[in-house]
Amino acid sequence: MTENSSRNLAIQLRKKRYAAERRFRLYGIISISIALGALCLLIGNMAAKGWSAFMQTYIILEVELPRDGLAPGGKIDIETLREANYVAYLRKSLRDNIPGVTSRRDRRSLYKLISSGATLDLQNRVLADTKLIGSKISIAAVASDDVDQFIKGNITAGSGGKISSKQAAWIKTLSDAGRIEKRFNTNLFSNGDSREPELAGIWGATIGSLLTMFVTVLLSFPLGVAAAIYLEEFARKNRWTDIIEVNINNLAAVPSIVFGLLGLAVFLSFFGLPRSAPLVGGIVLALMTLPTIIIASRAALSAVPPSIREAAIGMGASPMQVVLHHVLPLAFPGILTGTIIGAARALGETAPLLMIGMVAFIVDIPGSITDPATVLPVQIYLWADSPERAFVERTAAATLILLTFLILMNLIAVILRKKFERRW
Amino acid sequence: MNMENNRPETVKSVAGGMAIDTAVTGEKNLKMDGTEETTIKMSARNLDVFYGEKQALFGIDLDVPEQSVTALIGPSGCGKSTFLRCLNRMNDTIDGCRVDGDIRIDQSDIYDRALDVVELRARIGMVFQKPNPFPKSIYDNVAYGPKIHGLAQDKDELDEIVRSSLERAGLLKEVVDRLDSPGTGLSGGQQQRLCIARAIAVSPEVILMDEPCSALDPIATAHIEELIDELRENFTIVIVTHNMQQAARVSQQTAFFHLGILVECNATNEIFTSPSDERTQGYITGRYG
Repeated sequence: MTENSSRNLAIQLRKKRYAAERRFRLYGIISISIALGALCLLIGNMAAKGWSAFMQTYIILEVELPRDGLAPGGKIDIETLREANYVAYLRKSLRDNIPGVTSRRDRRSLYKLISSGATLDLQNRVLADTKLIGSKISIAAVASDDVDQFIKGNITAGSGGKISSKQAAWIKTLSDAGRIEKRFNTNLFSNGDSREPELAGIWGATIGSLLTMFVTVLLSFPLGVAAAIYLEEFARKNRWTDIIEVNINNLAAVPSIVFGLLGLAVFLSFFGLPRSAPLVGGIVLALMTLPTIIIASRAALSAVPPSIREAAIGMGASPMQVVLHHVLPLAFPGILTGTIIGAARALGETAPLLMIGMVAFIVDIPGSITDPATVLPVQIYLWADSPERAFVERTAAATLILLTFLILMNLIAVILRKKFERRW
Repeated sequence: MNMENNRPETVKSVAGGMAIDTAVTGEKNLKMDGTEETTIKMSARNLDVFYGEKQALFGIDLDVPEQSVTALIGPSGCGKSTFLRCLNRMNDTIDGCRVDGDIRIDQSDIYDRALDVVELRARIGMVFQKPNPFPKSIYDNVAYGPKIHGLAQDKDELDEIVRSSLERAGLLKEVVDRLDSPGTGLSGGQQQRLCIARAIAVSPEVILMDEPCSALDPIATAHIEELIDELRENFTIVIVTHNMQQAARVSQQTAFFHLGILVECNATNEIFTSPSDERTQGYITGRYG
């Protein structure tokens, strides 16, 4: 009787245990689904919003390049070519395509269909090939951001809107004549920032990011690894090393804007380094990344089995030989992963850079680490703050590009880890 | 010290395959018997070891005779490994470990400040409990010591050292065609012999072995024991073991440690046949430990 009931109890307990296990697995699957869902939502949303930014509307125009305006007296002179009135040629071509625009106001709103960037494109083409002078060339003029948004269906025409009904009619005329084309938006990848959304690009910010990352990794990797090796392999474990360890862990948790304030106070005010420069941004981000690298490197070093150290010591290797020949090679994949994770975090960092002036509106592509520059996340922040409708899609597009960079970096981390990891 | 031949009957008890070896070892032991006076290679006098506040060894006096095997036996935590690790100053790497007393190799103090510990460890090799080859190729494992101590002038000389070390460790035949494959890919017993090859590659005078067979199966253990017996010809060996039969099989001198005290040290057959201390008697007959 009692034997029977105790057996029943055991069976019940077992059933409960299996049920608990199934529940536990279910919770795990649910958590993963939620995390993946959120990620998909983010990327999907960005892709949906940003996709259209990779295409840009162009208006195809036949432009006459009169010899008397560009090369008076038949002489081709660079100065004259630079100062020639290219806007007028573009506008004339526009008027030829849309007849019957006579009043000053109408003309002005007609001219607004093309971007100021089209003039520059035309000038560059003539400067590159002076044989074009005197002929009629076909040019794809960058449409203004409002036209672009109208074509993409993001804004509607009408009173009070960015596109008037008249402009809408002209666009229709141009479109019917096959003069409106959507092409791949090369400006987005080759230009620096601009007030005009159709001309704004991320190349300047990308170069700024690369220069900043260069400085960051150059400083934080050797410093972090050296600090980790010393603390883990050489320093005696006493109160001082405990204090240092606690402080490093604290530093890792300091809000990043504090590092920006430090950069402002120390590097800009005290050392007088240039404002908005990748040099200072890199130093600040290096300070921010250091604790991450030190902690990851220490973890990687201490994960090396002590038997390897003993074997090397027993062979008569000096402490430095033990580290360089045996411990470091084994810890290297972990150190590398920590560094790349730290660098990826630094790549996406905005707050500390705001403090040291890397939030400025910079059109030029930076050429060195002391040139004024901005970085990708700051560029995204600047665009997100802009009122033009066209910047919305560009913000999303820039976010996609930044995410691509981060994925690439993590991919490199995985590949390098696989390459160096020797599971012997 | 009286080195009597205690091997033949114990060897037979290991495995049938070992019988071939009996004649060889018997011959060797005769040779040992021939050299009446054995010189003392290493000696410890009044050795105290502390881990922080805790004292691990109390006034140890022990002599290690040259070209013989000294076995250290005793229950877990008795300090035999601690003693072993004092002999090549491996305890230096442990924070809070303090060594008082005197340890000498060939009459020179190994805790002398002027002594180069790196050079000392080249003279006193070590083999650990768990086989711990470097995660490198078999060749690099053996070549590492000669490389860092500058024992080879060129590649050919290094090759020769590697080959002869592997040969002496009885491993060459098994690995000769895969010297470039990872040392960690070998079996446990082969790994341990690789570690022995690595240790003898720098031609040490003394080899310390910390329970070298405790992670191995009986066949691999027999291999290592055979090897230890061969190595005795050229090296002084100190071995820590939990295995009483092993101590009896391989060693000429046995020291029994208990609670940080060296209870008894004598010729192996004396210890195992007529121990003078009753604690030794108790331990070797399996009453405690």
